[in-house]
Amino acid sequence: MNSNVKAVLKRELYGYFHTPVAYVFIIIFLFLTGIFSFYLGAFYERGQADLEPFFRFHPWLYLFLIPAISMRLWSEERKTGTIELLMTLPISVTDAVLGKFLAAWCFTAIALALTFPMWITVNYLGDPDNTVILAGYLGSLLMAGGFLAIGSCISALSKSQVIAFVISVVICFLFILSGFPLVLDFFQGWAPQALVDVISSLSFLTHFDSINKGVIDLRDVVYYIVLIAFWLYANVVVIDSRKAN
Amino acid sequence: MTVNDKPPAIEVQKLDKRFGPIHAVRDVSFSVHHGEVLGFLGPNGAGKSTTMKMITGFLEPTDGTVLVNGYDVKTDPISVKSAIGYLPEGAPAYGEMTVLRFLEFVAEIRGYSGEEKQQRIDRVIELVHLDSVLEQTVETLSKGFKRRVGVAQALLHDPDVLIMDEPTDGLDPNQKHEVRSLIKEMAENKAIVISTHILEEVDAVCSRAIIIAAGQILFDGTPAELRAQSEKNDYDDAFRTITTRFYASQGEAGQS
Repeated sequence: MNSNVKAVLKRELYGYFHTPVAYVFIIIFLFLTGIFSFYLGAFYERGQADLEPFFRFHPWLYLFLIPAISMRLWSEERKTGTIELLMTLPISVTDAVLGKFLAAWCFTAIALALTFPMWITVNYLGDPDNTVILAGYLGSLLMAGGFLAIGSCISALSKSQVIAFVISVVICFLFILSGFPLVLDFFQGWAPQALVDVISSLSFLTHFDSINKGVIDLRDVVYYIVLIAFWLYANVVVIDSRKAN
Repeated sequence: MTVNDKPPAIEVQKLDKRFGPIHAVRDVSFSVHHGEVLGFLGPNGAGKSTTMKMITGFLEPTDGTVLVNGYDVKTDPISVKSAIGYLPEGAPAYGEMTVLRFLEFVAEIRGYSGEEKQQRIDRVIELVHLDSVLEQTVETLSKGFKRRVGVAQALLHDPDVLIMDEPTDGLDPNQKHEVRSLIKEMAENKAIVISTHILEEVDAVCSRAIIIAAGQILFDGTPAELRAQSEKNDYDDAFRTITTRFYASQGEAGQS
């Protein structure tokens, strides 16, 4: 990681923690993960020592919470004009995009790490397989990265954080559901089967589920990394194209 | 005005910029040498800021080239941006950061660390008198201080080429005087471009003035030459004469 990426990363993290964003996000995130695992996930009642009910709801929480983190990444810079400052400093667009993305990802990792009481609880109550739990955390973090990369790219498209939020949610929703009939039916009628298969393989959920079960398949990890790389590349292209108009 | 033999610090050739149907900058060419202070004058919306944005690499020209210290902004933007200190219009800065933290961020991106970073920051803090607001967040600053933070940021790396979009806008008379003295002090070995609509500023700091309207250069010469355009030997009158003459000819062209 070069020093420019590091400088942007530091600045963005500073930005999160010196505005209410960080604290509101972390509190809501911890509160909702708790509620979802204990009530909807029946953490106690199912009587199993694992964190499956905890991780199961992460895609749905991320659907709304991650775009709330990513929406400010570029929209705010464009709104306040600081993007002119940033982009006339000697830093490449790629470094700026990477720094911002990594900051948002670090921030999510911090929020995720703060769910450690769940892990302590399950270890206190029973004898869980901690490698499966670790895999769950890894999968969750990778998925958050995917959502963030999408959100970061979308936020570069608009000055308005609200628009960035709404569009990010919609795109993330399609990615979650791309393995489900809701999305597949739309393509089934006319698209070649190969394309339908590709679309169905893009689903966040399928790739997350297997990691969540403790199976770290290289293909799932590669899926998320390619997804992140693709959206960050698109992000660079969007920022670059803004120079022309 | 003495122009040294070194190649120009800024060389703008046939610069053109269109935003969709709007033709913001038309065929603008000029060069600035070290030791010159160029005043960029013109009515609002004339294309001053757009031209500056293209020199600093924030906007891409539709046509034409910009060379800064011989580097082409299109092919080597990082070298150009390293050489330039730039104060964008309105002096944008990250509102939630303290002044000190903000300057540290800029210093880090400019490639300074440790002792040197500290020295660079201390120098600009002294230069523009920011010591009283170091721990204040940028968003709580008055307009004058905010502008000074922008100037500090632009001077941090002691740049060879300094481009400032309305550096004295929103400052009180004392602060204006300070910024002008600062510009004059630095003028000796830097190439400086400032935009302004305060014509007295031209007299106070500039060694050369360019008047731009509707994206075109209408006048390029020394302040004395500019003043000579007016019968009353007055900047304001010269400015009005040049711009109204231009708009009148535009009107005729439109009718024919």
